[in-house]
Amino acid sequence: MKTGTQERRKERIDRGIKVRTDGLFALMSWRELAYLIAPRLLLIGGLLLLPLVVPGMYWLRVISIVCIYALLALSFDFLAHYVGLVSLGGAFFVGVGGYLTALLNTEFGISPLITIPAAGILGGVICTILLLPCLPLRGVYFAIVTLMYPLFLARVIEALNILGGTDGIMGIDGVPYVWLEQYGIIVILLLILFGLRRLVNTDLGLVMRAVKDNDQAVRASGMNITHYKALAVFIASSVGCLAGACIVHTYMWAGISTFALDFSILPIAATVIGGGGTLVGPVLGCLILVPISELLRDFGTLRIVFYSLILLGFIVFRSDGLMIYGQRKYQQFERWTDI
Amino acid sequence: MDILIYGTINSVALALYALGFALVYGICRLPNFAHGALYVLSGFIAWTMINTLNTNLWVAVVATILVTGIIGAIIYRLFLIRVRGMEISEIIASYAIALAILEGLRWGGFRGMTYTLPVFIEGSITIGGISVDYQRILVVVVGAALVASLWLFTRYTRVGLALRGMAQDERAALMLGIDSDMMAVVAMGMGSMLAAFAAILLLPLGNIVVESGYNVLILAIAVCIVGGLGSWMGAVLAAFLIGFAQILTVVYLGAHYQMMVALLAIILTLILKPSGLFGQQKELEERV
Repeated sequence: MKTGTQERRKERIDRGIKVRTDGLFALMSWRELAYLIAPRLLLIGGLLLLPLVVPGMYWLRVISIVCIYALLALSFDFLAHYVGLVSLGGAFFVGVGGYLTALLNTEFGISPLITIPAAGILGGVICTILLLPCLPLRGVYFAIVTLMYPLFLARVIEALNILGGTDGIMGIDGVPYVWLEQYGIIVILLLILFGLRRLVNTDLGLVMRAVKDNDQAVRASGMNITHYKALAVFIASSVGCLAGACIVHTYMWAGISTFALDFSILPIAATVIGGGGTLVGPVLGCLILVPISELLRDFGTLRIVFYSLILLGFIVFRSDGLMIYGQRKYQQFERWTDI
Repeated sequence: MDILIYGTINSVALALYALGFALVYGICRLPNFAHGALYVLSGFIAWTMINTLNTNLWVAVVATILVTGIIGAIIYRLFLIRVRGMEISEIIASYAIALAILEGLRWGGFRGMTYTLPVFIEGSITIGGISVDYQRILVVVVGAALVASLWLFTRYTRVGLALRGMAQDERAALMLGIDSDMMAVVAMGMGSMLAAFAAILLLPLGNIVVESGYNVLILAIAVCIVGGLGSWMGAVLAAFLIGFAQILTVVYLGAHYQMMVALLAIILTLILKPSGLFGQQKELEERV
């Protein structure tokens, strides 16, 4: 006697083509090659073509900002889901990178083409040294301490009236060529995205993921966890500082607002929406979230309400995010089976 | 003398900010980042009741505390309970709620210096050559009474004992028939009520501004971290520590260093002794 749905369940099975393309056999046929390459090509081509199809200068600027937030989201995703350090202080990286590039540019007159990468690396070193004492902390403690860093630095700058005080540093050069500015950031984003995807699958990435899953086991294997955590923080904070440097050269201004909470919260929201732990998800999340937030700019602070509600909805009800959902649909099919 | 008096008042204010946060973290292990938002929200609820609905002051006070408590319980029941135990998701979700409430209030036109709550008693008294207004004295008295009654509540009532049992060992509490989800909702409701209590006592001393939501949150976190997350008595002692440190910096360094004290306290405590001065956490839970 069959009654209703109780005797059936849904099962998910990998598509044949997904299984066949796992190994070296993917090279055997065009169809399987295309299956592998299509999503990657869609992302790369889409990002590169985007500046050509959008109307007007304003939306070109929005694309740059999408890329900058995507860099921040990547750095958050890498630290949180591959090393297990949840850093709520994206603004800390932005601020350090931004002020560094501003100083290098205004004090020493170095061209933005050099200051941006320099700020990335130097900023990474500075952030790592400042965060070094907090590295042994876990979970909620690390999250709170990283949330406090940018607030503290902003207050220091405000109180001591250094680095331009509340006015900020003005008169920073923009990137010399318009198209270099536009495409430079897109290329940087793509390089870092695919670079990080490579990194997490190397031996080093394996150790980092092990630190996340069971740090005592890593320790028992005779490896120094703090060393690996510091390395990961250096990578993530370099990416964050790079984003900060880009944003400063885009706006030609560096001020306390580079430590603003926006830079901490929006990347996290993008990561949650896009799907944490995929590295592509955060980029996707930024592509959705930043334009929406720009469209809502007329409504003032309502846009913050709007994206925090989206964030809440996703984290509470759909915590796996869009990218993982998309991957599942792309790689697996579902069917009803009898029990 | 003025350092002593204003230090005490500031410390009690900090303790009031932090009590709700400490209660919620102590019982359901939820770092409630919406605490500051609930504080500001209850201030505006009270303002609306008094100025728009023209209710009696005392009715407004009681109603505000109840309404905020219910709002907190609803927030927990609808959203936060689903991410229970995932600390990072809890932080992000509660922070998202805080942003939604605060920025929603700002969008709704509650900004500027025009919103004030009336003080309960007018006038001031002179203690040792310093004039202190009655509201500030009321803050100290009520704050002390609140700490005392909370202590009694958690030791001599059924609900209070259940809450403490849950804070100590949730599995054992479950086996003894304590509904831990229900208790967590109760705890969150009580935490929100404490936030409302603090708001009603402290907001008459200044204006109701949305920005104070973030500051209250930072101060509450500072007090709880320094005192040790999950320890209430630690929180009260830490409130005095930070309170006097703040007043001393204001007197000797200048007013804009005041907030830096709290932030520096958080960072230093977490780096040096993450469980705080009186924390009950296990060493391995917080650092490697």
